[in-house]
This record gives sequence, C-alpha cells and structure tokens, in this order.
Amino acid sequence: MKTKKKRWYDYLWIWSMLYFALGFFNILFAWLGMIDFLLPLAIALIGGNKWFCNHLCGRGQLFSLLGGRLGCSRGKPTPRWMSMKWFRYGFLVFFLAMFGTMVFQTYLVFAGVNSLKEAIKLFWTIRVPWDWTYTVGMAPDWIAQFSFGFYSLMLTSLLLGLIVMVFFKPRTWCAFCPMGTMTQGICKLKNKEHT
Amino acid sequence: MLSKKVARFEQSVCAACGACVKECPRSAVAIFKGCYAAVAAEQCVGCGKCAKICPTGCIVIEERRNEDEN
Repeated sequence: MKTKKKRWYDYLWIWSMLYFALGFFNILFAWLGMIDFLLPLAIALIGGNKWFCNHLCGRGQLFSLLGGRLGCSRGKPTPRWMSMKWFRYGFLVFFLAMFGTMVFQTYLVFAGVNSLKEAIKLFWTIRVPWDWTYTVGMAPDWIAQFSFGFYSLMLTSLLLGLIVMVFFKPRTWCAFCPMGTMTQGICKLKNKEHT
Repeated sequence: MLSKKVARFEQSVCAACGACVKECPRSAVAIFKGCYAAVAAEQCVGCGKCAKICPTGCIVIEERRNEDEN
C-alpha cells in the first residue's frame, strides 16, 4: 500500500496553533478567525461540498495529531448522543445564539451604550482578564470588543474539542462541530436529490 | 480476490468530516457531495482503520455480502 503524499494543507494544524498564540499577544489577531468561519460557508454555498472540513480544517488536524499520533486521547467510542441530529443541531443553535449575543455586545460598544471590556469569557461564563493583549486606542473600541468576544468563542470551542478528544476519539469534536453541521446542512440542501 | 470483510457506513449519522478518507490506506472512501462518506466496496479490504478513527461511530466492519462483489 502506498503512503499518501502530504500536501500543503496537511500542515494547517500549525495555523490553528498560531492563531491562539497570536491572540495571546495581540487580541486584534482574533479577526483572522473569521477566515475559519466564512471560508467553509463559502465553499459549501458555492461548491456544495465540505472541502474545508475534509482538507483545510486546522483544528481537526490538530486533534488528529494530538489525539492520534501523540497519544493524548483514550480513543473510547464517542457517546452516541453526541452525533445524533437533535444534539448536533441543538448545539448549532446554541452556538449561533452565543455568536449573536457576542455581535450584540459589539454593537452596544459601537453605539456607546457599553464600554470596552478587556477580558475573554471561557465557556460563556468564566471571565478571564486578557488586558495585556490590547492597548486602548489601537483600534476603535468595537473592533477590539469583537476581537475579545470572537477569541472567547474560538478558545472555548477549542477547549471543548480538547476535552472530548481526551475522553473519546481524537476527532470527537467533528461529530458536533457547529461549522461542520452547518456546512453539511447546506450541502444536503444543495444536493437534495442525493440525500 | 475480494476481502472477506467490508466497511459499511450509516449515512444518517455520518458528519462528513473526512477523517475516514484520510485514514483509508486504499483510498476506498470518499465524501459524497459534502453529505456523507461512501465506500467503494471493491476497493475496501475491511481493515477497519476508518471505523477506528470515525468520531461518530457510523462505520462498522461486516462480512462481505454477495451484492458487494457486483
């Protein structure tokens, strides 16, 4: 059996790690995460496929590497309910609601109702000071507020993915990843005659 | 000569993440239009690598049936 040739996109796990490292030094880099939000949607909407999940997802690759080759996963079967439709779509709705709340918080700062909070929120509840990553005046307050909010979302989902990776299979996160669910839903709608 | 075992996919549970595609040493698995994974039964040797990596548990390795040989 021949070994599969490695391509440039097989190393995107480096990008995933770099993203979180950059956000540790300057929170404005959090905006780069929008690529991971918009690109899968664009590929699903235009191409009608999950090429992003299948080839470009650095996070999935990172879980494969840590949980697989580096042995950080127990490799136990993923609980069945985690890959059931009700949970996947339920988690997607919850995730989108949290994203909407974050955008609304950004709007409140933009409108001058709220002031900028230089902190991130882990698991949507735990406030963690993150003020060394931003100097007031570097950018409009709402730009910074979005960065803190978006980085919180990205870091929380990474931590969730790491937790399920340790307990279950390396890529358990993929079973209920909101982006994966959303793009699969789009593909199913686009290719309705085949599903 | 076809192997005695073959991978079977429960398409309604598949997340189409592509982990199985990367793992398959025979390139027998593909993601069908972003919807679910499908196996080319004549290529599959039933090694079970895809089932081991699959995060949703939608793959089972079964005895090959007659229709798989067609």
